[in-house]
Amino acid sequence: MTSTAPRRRHLGRVRWWTYLLLGLAAAICLFPLYWMFIVATTDTATATKMPPEVVPGGNFFHLAGLVLETVPFVQALLNSLFVATAIGVGQAVLCALAGFAFAKLRFPGRNTLFLIVVLTMTVPTQLSVIPQYLIMSELGWVDTLQALIVPGLASAFGIFWMRQHISATISDELLQAARIDGAGTWQVFWRIAFPIVRPAAFVLGLFGFVTAWNDFLWPFIVLKSPERYTAQIAIKALQNSYDVDLGLAMSGSFLATIPLVVLFVLVGRRMVAGILDGAFKG
Amino acid sequence: MTTTLLPAPSAALPPPASPRGRGWGERLSAYAYIAPFFVLFAVFGLFPFAFTFYVALFDWNPIGDQVFIGVDNFTRMFADPRFWNAAGNTVSIWALSTVPQLLLALVLAHVLNHARLRAALFFRMSVLVPYITSVAATAVVFAQLFDRDYGLLNWLLGLVGVEPIDFVQSTWGSHVLIATMVTWRWFGYTTLLYLASLQAVPRSVFEAAAIDGAGPWQLFRHITVPALRPVIIFTVVTSTIGGLQIFTEPLLIATGAPLTCGAVRQCQTLTLFLYEQGFGQFEFGYGSAIGVALFVMVVAIAAVNYLLSTRIKADR
Repeated sequence: MTSTAPRRRHLGRVRWWTYLLLGLAAAICLFPLYWMFIVATTDTATATKMPPEVVPGGNFFHLAGLVLETVPFVQALLNSLFVATAIGVGQAVLCALAGFAFAKLRFPGRNTLFLIVVLTMTVPTQLSVIPQYLIMSELGWVDTLQALIVPGLASAFGIFWMRQHISATISDELLQAARIDGAGTWQVFWRIAFPIVRPAAFVLGLFGFVTAWNDFLWPFIVLKSPERYTAQIAIKALQNSYDVDLGLAMSGSFLATIPLVVLFVLVGRRMVAGILDGAFKG
Repeated sequence: MTTTLLPAPSAALPPPASPRGRGWGERLSAYAYIAPFFVLFAVFGLFPFAFTFYVALFDWNPIGDQVFIGVDNFTRMFADPRFWNAAGNTVSIWALSTVPQLLLALVLAHVLNHARLRAALFFRMSVLVPYITSVAATAVVFAQLFDRDYGLLNWLLGLVGVEPIDFVQSTWGSHVLIATMVTWRWFGYTTLLYLASLQAVPRSVFEAAAIDGAGPWQLFRHITVPALRPVIIFTVVTSTIGGLQIFTEPLLIATGAPLTCGAVRQCQTLTLFLYEQGFGQFEFGYGSAIGVALFVMVVAIAAVNYLLSTRIKADR
């Protein structure tokens, strides 16, 4: 971040305590993950030793093996990957499509319908888990992954966000030109509009992915059999055998967090930019 | 923030009328493009929401009968000490997590906004790491760190002569533990939200104040805080609505009695109470009544927020 304004001495210097404060904040944010790794790689005897170990032990594969014996954890990770990817991609495409319609297409009731989309954000739907469960029962979707995916595809905030981006980045002239060349509405969206707003759709999908990967309450309610568990529910299942080995739930947590840490190292800066750019809703 | 979330329907005026013959096709496509959202929201959002109010009027057993009992679930709830206990725990955990979270975020956003900060991206990314860590993993690692016998925190406290604290088993201890998890997971995210608003303040405003002799504290107090007022109210509301839905942390820390979060329900939150009644006891009617109570609280908070923000606008 550089300032284009002339530099003044008063503001120019970053004081040492600023770095101390930020360093402390960064350490607080990173330490629990480091600790997760330490406990996930040491056996119970070492993990409960005081003073605690500060270097990882060599017990990771032993513990990971125990995790796999207790719950089908690889399956759980694959389930999480499948659900989170479906939700991330689905949200990005559906929201871009609806955002495009609201920003660039002309149809009766457009403004009213958009207002309704925005108003739906104020309905706290998470509080109605009991009727949601009854609906899943009726549909025969209890204990299936589509019970997680299909409801997760709708995002009012995503539509709002994509509409803003499409309005701001795509000129009507460009779309008119494409139409004159004979492109239909779908082609205008898919060939011209979507490629332009793909970075914004990607960030939206990324947040959808992370939220879906970390979701707990709804999967906990709707999933019954261990081979359908997502990684988060598998962690809970590991915890039930907490007294078997202290490191077990921790190893599961570690295994479930690693994919997101890798993802974050690769594209975290775009998530940061996404928040700074549009103030994402949690 | 609350204002930026409102639509500006006139912002993007429709393109000039398309040539005749294309209008119908375009309209149909438009409705097709927005239909998925409305269908999904109607089926999985609005209908269950409305249905909660209906189920709450029944003695509803998922594998038994459904008997209409009017407002009995609500009379029962108001007389149920477990409900008030859960409500009290929820408010306590909410206060313990929201206040430090927002204060910390304010200070961090202020220092992160410095124009010549080095490694700014590293710090910004670091504070977002907790957000990508799941609540379940957070609960597991913090429960271990705060463990009575094997926890790092109690070991450190022991070095200065403090007796081991059994965080999970005590009321205040379990609240502090859950609030710590919530704060850890969200303060960085909130910091970035504040930073986003702060970056909209022209740098020249800060510079002019500095030239006039304002120190760091005055800059913080008289520029940063007023500039952030709308987003602060927004985050108070979102953290309150989030606070009412705290569920995973209490479920995972009390391994002995997860559904009540401890033997004496010392850390059972309202959403956990809803789950216990609905899916532990199969009292769908009573559980839905708790859901309605939560909704009323959300509306009350939104109303207070509305009053506060109009008052602030009037002050300006």
